[in-house]
Amino acid sequence: MLEQNLFAGFGGQGVLLMGQLLAYAGMLEDKYVSWLPAYGPEMRGGTANCSVNISDEPIGSPVVSKATTVVAMNRPSLDKFEPTVQPDGYLFINSSIIDRKAERDDVKVYYVPCNELAEELGNAKVANMVMLGAYIEKTKCVDIENVLEALRYKLGEKKEHLIPVNRDALLKGAAAVKD
Amino acid sequence: MAIVFEKTSVLTDTVMHYCPGCGHGIAHRLVGEVIQEMGLQEKTVGVAPVGCAVFAYRYFNVDMQEAAHGRAPAVATGIKRVLGPESCVFTYQGDGDLASIGTAEIVQAAHRGEKITTVFINNAIYGMTGGQMAPTTLVGQKTTTSPYGRDKDHCGNPIRISEMLATIDGAAYIERVAVNNTANIIKAKKAIRKAFEAQMAGKGFSLVEVLSTCPTNWGKSAVESMEWLEEEMIPYYPLGVYKEV
Amino acid sequence: MAKKLMKGCEAVAEAAIQAGCRFFFGYPITPQNDIPEYMSARMPKVGGCFLQAESEVAAINMVYGAAGAGARVMTSSSSPGISLKMEGISYIAAAELPCVIVNMMRGGPGLGSIQASQGDYFQATKGGGHGDYRMIVYAPASVQEMIDMMQHAFDVADKFRTPVMVLADGIIGQMMEPVEITEGGNVVLPKKDWATTGYKTGERPRSIVNSLYIEVEELEELTNRLQARYREIEETETKVEVYNTEGAEFVLCAYGTVARICKTAIMQLQKQGVKVGLVRPITLWPFPSTAVHDAIVADSVKKALCVEMSAGQMVEDVRLAVDGKKEVAFFGYSGSRVPTAEEIAQRILEMRGA
Repeated sequence: MLEQNLFAGFGGQGVLLMGQLLAYAGMLEDKYVSWLPAYGPEMRGGTANCSVNISDEPIGSPVVSKATTVVAMNRPSLDKFEPTVQPDGYLFINSSIIDRKAERDDVKVYYVPCNELAEELGNAKVANMVMLGAYIEKTKCVDIENVLEALRYKLGEKKEHLIPVNRDALLKGAAAVKD
Repeated sequence: MAIVFEKTSVLTDTVMHYCPGCGHGIAHRLVGEVIQEMGLQEKTVGVAPVGCAVFAYRYFNVDMQEAAHGRAPAVATGIKRVLGPESCVFTYQGDGDLASIGTAEIVQAAHRGEKITTVFINNAIYGMTGGQMAPTTLVGQKTTTSPYGRDKDHCGNPIRISEMLATIDGAAYIERVAVNNTANIIKAKKAIRKAFEAQMAGKGFSLVEVLSTCPTNWGKSAVESMEWLEEEMIPYYPLGVYKEV
Repeated sequence: MAKKLMKGCEAVAEAAIQAGCRFFFGYPITPQNDIPEYMSARMPKVGGCFLQAESEVAAINMVYGAAGAGARVMTSSSSPGISLKMEGISYIAAAELPCVIVNMMRGGPGLGSIQASQGDYFQATKGGGHGDYRMIVYAPASVQEMIDMMQHAFDVADKFRTPVMVLADGIIGQMMEPVEITEGGNVVLPKKDWATTGYKTGERPRSIVNSLYIEVEELEELTNRLQARYREIEETETKVEVYNTEGAEFVLCAYGTVARICKTAIMQLQKQGVKVGLVRPITLWPFPSTAVHDAIVADSVKKALCVEMSAGQMVEDVRLAVDGKKEVAFFGYSGSRVPTAEEIAQRILEMRGA
């Protein structure tokens, strides 16, 4: 298995965190992982994306140039990264704020209204977790419980109370793309 | 026979390379005497500059480091942070080293309140490289790179380091002295002592600016130099305590 | 031991602390800010000292002072900042002081970009600062390797009383990988009786940390001593990874991040029935000339391809090592573009067809 993922959106959508949680979960499952952010000069706003590799073999290039999966959380990300999806790869589109359909017909496309689903849970901040849930449901590359374990590590003990809503978000995202 | 005067043990027996009439020898002696009298010899590390005092590590009988041009305060910072508050760390710098290439380092060492002492020799010229204009060169003063005299419209007025550093909160003791006559030399020694005391008391950064002579590059005799310092330098660079906390 | 997911910059900082480094002087510059930030949080907890200097120039001179006072000390920066440190590094080499300098390379020349690059190979390995000196240069290709190098880097610096550079790039600095860090090891620092710590007459000679030797004979004595040490370093400290070269038709030569990408290309080519090896210098100085020569000059090898994130710098050393016995082609981008595995594989296929 070699999952080469690109998570992209604008700053503040939590795309770097999505990637980190995925990498962390992969590590917990004894897989080889790498997480690499694209970094720019701006501290807030702007575009954000990260490359995440998950593999059974040691990882060569940490830079994902041809992705098995692209997760686009906003329109500029879709425009930029849609062409990089490998044929038969996955393309996840945050349909809450992306106003166009995919142009590719050789990839598996899933439209996830992340923001609406998050708001249904009463917490707009978990839109990224909704998307991550959808991603995991389709790729099956890690276990959702390990993502929550990773989140526990990231948040620390004081924020344990945030775990349930994040679990709900992951499950809601998964349900949204279930066949 | 009773000994009435002895060279301080904080100076080595190495013969100094300074020119006749140069103030460096006096300043060295004063620093050495203060370190000895304060009982600091065994815990002192000195930092030599680039310039006429580049060989200061040969003369001060303490552990010494030789710094790159202008960087002595940064080197001293590294030393002091490693050896801690019990140690005594000083830099000995000229006006090219401190007031030109090393302004960032001296200002920031003062700004951090770095617990070091700087002995700053201002003789209004670059000595070792052959008498070029320094930031401290007086207006109208002829040097090998201001052959028509320093033109303030072309290269500014001379910089007053003590006044500038005294504005910085981290500076604990700043005084300007001169070594052109006995009375001033006695005052200079007191100032140097106060500066080292400020360091050892952990008060912050301390600096003594020593107006000094350079007969060779000024093109004067030793005596004329003492007079020129009195008549030309002191009016522009007033002596006195600029900061004491 | 439990694995941790750590960013390269943070990992290198923690590894330095575990290696007994207690003094860090640095100045902010992207993409290595996580190092000083990490140090500023960690050093006070381990009784060490983090100090943000006013400039890279000041930082490296603080390193000089601290190293001269006997401390295990480091600094870090990225390309433009390393240029500023070069004067100090020359002095540190001349004054025979041990320290570690981390360079997370970014694009140049000038302000360049803040993206990863390998444009500082010449600077790191051919001097950078003035004068006849050398610096040991390690080129990690993963976060774990960078961690494992740090202890060694400090030990080697102390052993040979020389500056040591860890030359990584923005990708290794910013990427997260699972790593293991040995914690709480009791690091025994070597005795440094030459350090300036204050001296008592009769206990030891006066310590003078100095790089000025006015007399020709004295300077020559220093440079001869340094050169003898460099020969010993070449003898004992050269490190290289030779991968998949047995019977290879082509050999890739790359270091750091690019070497990883080459491995991906090698796997892709393997599937197409093309056997390609890799020779990866781990020390860029001393350069593993013998290993590079032997890997490339082997009978099975048609040609070699050196890949770098530069316009071609290490390739000069590769060609020197091969000495014209085989053709060494070059592929790379100047200006921070990262070569992809597909592009590297394509070059090999073209070389095969040609």
